[in-house]
Amino acid sequence: MALVTTTKGEMDESLLEKKEGSVDNDNEYTTWVEYWLNGELVHRSAHVQLKKAVMFSAEAASFS
Amino acid sequence: MANTQAMTTSFMGELMTATHNFGVAPTRGTSAVDSFKAALYLTTATYNAATTAYSATGEVSGTGYTAGGVAVTMGTVPTATNSSTTAGVAFVTPSASITYTTVTLATAFDAVLLYNSTQSNKAVSVHTFGSQTVTAGTFTLTMPSNTTTTALIRLATT
Repeated sequence: MALVTTTKGEMDESLLEKKEGSVDNDNEYTTWVEYWLNGELVHRSAHVQLKKAVMFSAEAASFS
Repeated sequence: MANTQAMTTSFMGELMTATHNFGVAPTRGTSAVDSFKAALYLTTATYNAATTAYSATGEVSGTGYTAGGVAVTMGTVPTATNSSTTAGVAFVTPSASITYTTVTLATAFDAVLLYNSTQSNKAVSVHTFGSQTVTAGTFTLTMPSNTTTTALIRLATT
């Protein structure tokens, strides 16, 4: 029996409708999971893996 | 042998550890690593390269989320690696995922601000992702590998 934290407290996963999804693009790989109870969203978690770093360029100027 | 004009890669790495100071402030009374935090921002906020410091304006709010966000674990020291006589990369990545545990963030958010809470909350970087909400759940930002090409923060010459 797996328990899920929901807006209504800890609930047995078997009582809930589970939906999962993912997004995979150049910027991120994201997965999410939702649990619904009688049409109401009672839990949503998301996990984002960033793919693009922020980059700063540096340069030494020449004398001219 | 010949000389080659270049920004030294060691300098870029030392920028990340405050070895050089071309200005006046800040005065460092300790050699200890600074503390960094990560705050989440709504899709309606406007955080970008012009951001200078953490602000609560546009920050997410909700059950389980504390204004200012969560601490970031910087367990690895910055690395500086030469790739040629003219180019190199200095880079650093938080050593652990950034996790907001058991939160409810009902309004869509799509950005995280990394900032230095030791140095007056000065901004470091803004990272964006697809719009998210969280309901009685956990939001996790997994860090990329700490390499010259994938590290979260990189200073580079080409």
